[in-house]
Amino acid sequence: MNAKVDVVINGEHRSVPPGVTLLELLAELALDPRAVVVEHNRQIVRRPALGDVRVAPGDAIELVHFVGGG
Amino acid sequence: MKTETPNRHDATMHDSPLTIGGRAFQSRLMVGTGKYPDNATMLRAIDASGAEIVTVAVRRVDLDRSKDSSVLHHLDPKRFFLLANTAGCYTATDAVRYARLGREAGFNDFVKLEVIGDQETLLPDVQGLLEAAKILVKEDFKVLAYTNEDLVTALRLEDAGCAAVMPLASPIGSGLGLLNPFSVRTIKRRLQVPVVVDAGVGTASDACVTMEQGVDGILMNTAIAAAQDPVAMARAMRLAVDAGRAAFLAGRMPRREVAFPSSPTEGMLD
Repeated sequence: MNAKVDVVINGEHRSVPPGVTLLELLAELALDPRAVVVEHNRQIVRRPALGDVRVAPGDAIELVHFVGGG
Repeated sequence: MKTETPNRHDATMHDSPLTIGGRAFQSRLMVGTGKYPDNATMLRAIDASGAEIVTVAVRRVDLDRSKDSSVLHHLDPKRFFLLANTAGCYTATDAVRYARLGREAGFNDFVKLEVIGDQETLLPDVQGLLEAAKILVKEDFKVLAYTNEDLVTALRLEDAGCAAVMPLASPIGSGLGLLNPFSVRTIKRRLQVPVVVDAGVGTASDACVTMEQGVDGILMNTAIAAAQDPVAMARAMRLAVDAGRAAFLAGRMPRREVAFPSSPTEGMLD
């Protein structure tokens, strides 16, 4: 039962371990949870809750931050 | 912050701070952070502009880390007031989504709300703008609404509870300057909330003329970032905004259609 599950992160199809939390996912992507905002299936997940939310097949995850803009 | 202009204080001595959504700002010039040749130039330009409010955009993190694109690595949020925008959004739904993400990423409840209606001109979709503004105001955002120079839209944005209304001088990134001073002046005269002109300024004279209309401030990005020397232009803009504001407060002389001599007409030789 090691099959990975397919999710979409920032528009890219990715395979992640089943049952991984959003916090673990950020760690796997080497992203600092303080430096990104996580949107999970269109819902913003605040930092303290990132460890509680598990990723399910087909989930859409957006990881955003501030860039230069006018 | 280094003060490059010794008479800056004089120029604004009798002025009150610009207060938006309950926060007071000393600088009436707000600047964007896009399109700079590099981050070091951007930082020096922002310093030279004297701006306190600095706009940023919300975008996807680069998962491959090919570039370090987070602007927060360069801008200290304790030193600058970071104003998230919803640039690039074409619907009210998208703009609300970006505003919420921006609030989560950021340090305040302010959002520069843009709902764009046309790709070529980047002119606002005022219907979508009003719709998004109403939703965000209900969610306790301080909404600074980027709009066109239409008075009725500006009044409706104010009625919707926007903290500031931001009419354009001319299209975003065009550098065409203030195309419709009359409309911008009218908006300023009729609104109670601050009016900050956003977009279209090309050079210092544009900024000066815009401030002379009596508006509360200017937001610009490309005029500085795309100048040949962005740091020098940032300084020019700071001087121009101060000069325009000072001239407005001073009250200009009336325009006349005929000449009126400055020197006495009496005492001339035979």
